[in-house]
Amino acid sequence: MGRKTKVAICGLMAEVDAFSFVTELEHEGAESSCNLQSSNFAKKKIIYCSRMSIRFPRTRQTLKHKSSRFLFRKRERNQFPLAGRKVRVGVVGASGYVGGEILRILLGHPDAVVTLATSKQYEGEPLHRVHPNLRTFTDLTFAAPKIDEITSKCDFVFTATPHGSSIRFVPTLLGSGLRIVDMSADFRLKNPTAYEEWYGYKHPNPELIKDFLYGIPEIYRFEIKSSKLISNPGCMAITSILALVPFVKAGLIDEEHVVIDSKIGSSGGGAKPTLGTHHAERYGVVRPYKPIRHRHTAEIEQELSRLAGREIRVSMTPHAVNFVRGILCTIHCFTKEKLDAPRIWKTLRGFYEGARFVRFVRDKKGLARYPDPKILAGSNFCDIGFEFDERANRLVLLSATDNLMKGAAGNAVQCMNLMLGFEESAGLLFPGLHPI
Amino acid sequence: MSGGELKDLSETDCPECSAKIRIPSDAIDGEIVTCPDCGTGFELEISGSGTVTLKQAESVAEDWGE
Ligand SMILES: NC(=O)c1ccc[n+]([C@@H]2O[C@H](COP(=O)([O-])OP(=O)(O)OC[C@H]3O[C@@H](n4cnc5c(N)ncnc54)[C@H](OP(=O)(O)O)[C@@H]3O)[C@@H](O)[C@H]2O)c1
Ligand SMILES: [Zn+2]
Repeated sequence: MGRKTKVAICGLMAEVDAFSFVTELEHEGAESSCNLQSSNFAKKKIIYCSRMSIRFPRTRQTLKHKSSRFLFRKRERNQFPLAGRKVRVGVVGASGYVGGEILRILLGHPDAVVTLATSKQYEGEPLHRVHPNLRTFTDLTFAAPKIDEITSKCDFVFTATPHGSSIRFVPTLLGSGLRIVDMSADFRLKNPTAYEEWYGYKHPNPELIKDFLYGIPEIYRFEIKSSKLISNPGCMAITSILALVPFVKAGLIDEEHVVIDSKIGSSGGGAKPTLGTHHAERYGVVRPYKPIRHRHTAEIEQELSRLAGREIRVSMTPHAVNFVRGILCTIHCFTKEKLDAPRIWKTLRGFYEGARFVRFVRDKKGLARYPDPKILAGSNFCDIGFEFDERANRLVLLSATDNLMKGAAGNAVQCMNLMLGFEESAGLLFPGLHPI
Repeated sequence: MSGGELKDLSETDCPECSAKIRIPSDAIDGEIVTCPDCGTGFELEISGSGTVTLKQAESVAEDWGE
């Protein structure tokens, strides 16, 4: 005790945690001195520091670290169980299916606390009136979406609102320094004119688009860690991109002829009913939906082209099928040469080394020999399988997700975890149900 | 030690999918091991000096999910 403990924390780390960390040091009786660039410490808000060197009085160890906030955070966890407050999270559009799923994950998240859930339709009602699975998990009631309330009650916000709404709402939050993950398509497409082509509206704030990073942790993990604004991918888009990227990057497939045939469950359409979603009409369908020019085509092409450094075209046809959650994309690619299974396996394993939420399913034994979305309900995994048809040099990729999880809320929380220096899988390791 | 428990497992890469396959220390020549990831079966060929090679085992094709 009384020994000097020097603390200087890397520039971009999560503010709240820096505060908890320093508080904890003081609590231990150690004297901490921070090399602060700017500090709001007295108001318990923000600490920005540049270097870190911590001396632990008891063990006489010194930790030095220059730049990675991730490493810092890990050590902090090991050395000091968090005594400070959790990150305060708000969900806008919380009465929808994606909003409800974000709430479900956050209510079991070790480092987050839900402080606000907005809904215009259900203002004042407890959350379980709309999301019955959340009964007894929170006393929170839906609140009307008000800017000042959001900025005062939250450190982090998910906007789970429809496209066309996010673009009007999100800009009002931007000055506040809040970190945001937007679930809509409004910031996904980097070329503003693409909104006219694919979404039928003129983007009112094209200058904002570049500030949002397209959030696929398996591809942009490093960039997400230092991002404040994330645009979460479309559900069928992320399911397709994750299967295709390793092969596009390796230059193995004919980039003009990629065909994505996808099946999606009814929750993909959101909570608002239409005649077509009425049980009598929807039950049992295999309903082709937008056989050409589905909107997710635009983001798939954008991301694959960006990663390949060349223009890539995909042809996509979705079908609404008879389950509530889930996506299966069957993707046909044509290869320049014959590929064998070991090479395909190596391409996948090499690309996804260390990726906890991508699994490979091509098993010669057992029940699930290829990916099947049925067992993924509620889980954040993307299961990928393949087969190679030597007769036609056709690589068939099979990729499955839960559209509300890896296709939306799960992926968004994974992004949040990275942005705030939490464990990437925090709150997300539910393995799914079997049988279901 | 109770019967069936295996000690000193060594690992090798699956020739098909590169997953780690564990070879029991008391494995015998001709024994079949199956890859935990891709389900491919391999016959172990164990030489006099103890080196182990994997040979893809013949498997009966199963009619599955037609
Ligand atoms: N469903 C999926 O599988 C999926 C997957 C990936 C991405 N997404 C995207 O995630 C977003 C939410 O999807 P969802 O399926 O959850 O839709 P949803 O069930 O229809 O929910 C949308 C929510 O937004 C609120 N809202 C509606 N119009 C609004 C407006 N003009 N301004 C502010 N809030 C408004 C509604 O709540 P109140 O009216 O009560 O306020 C509702 O709770 C969409 O952008 C969607 O494209 C969905
Ligand atoms: Zn294998």
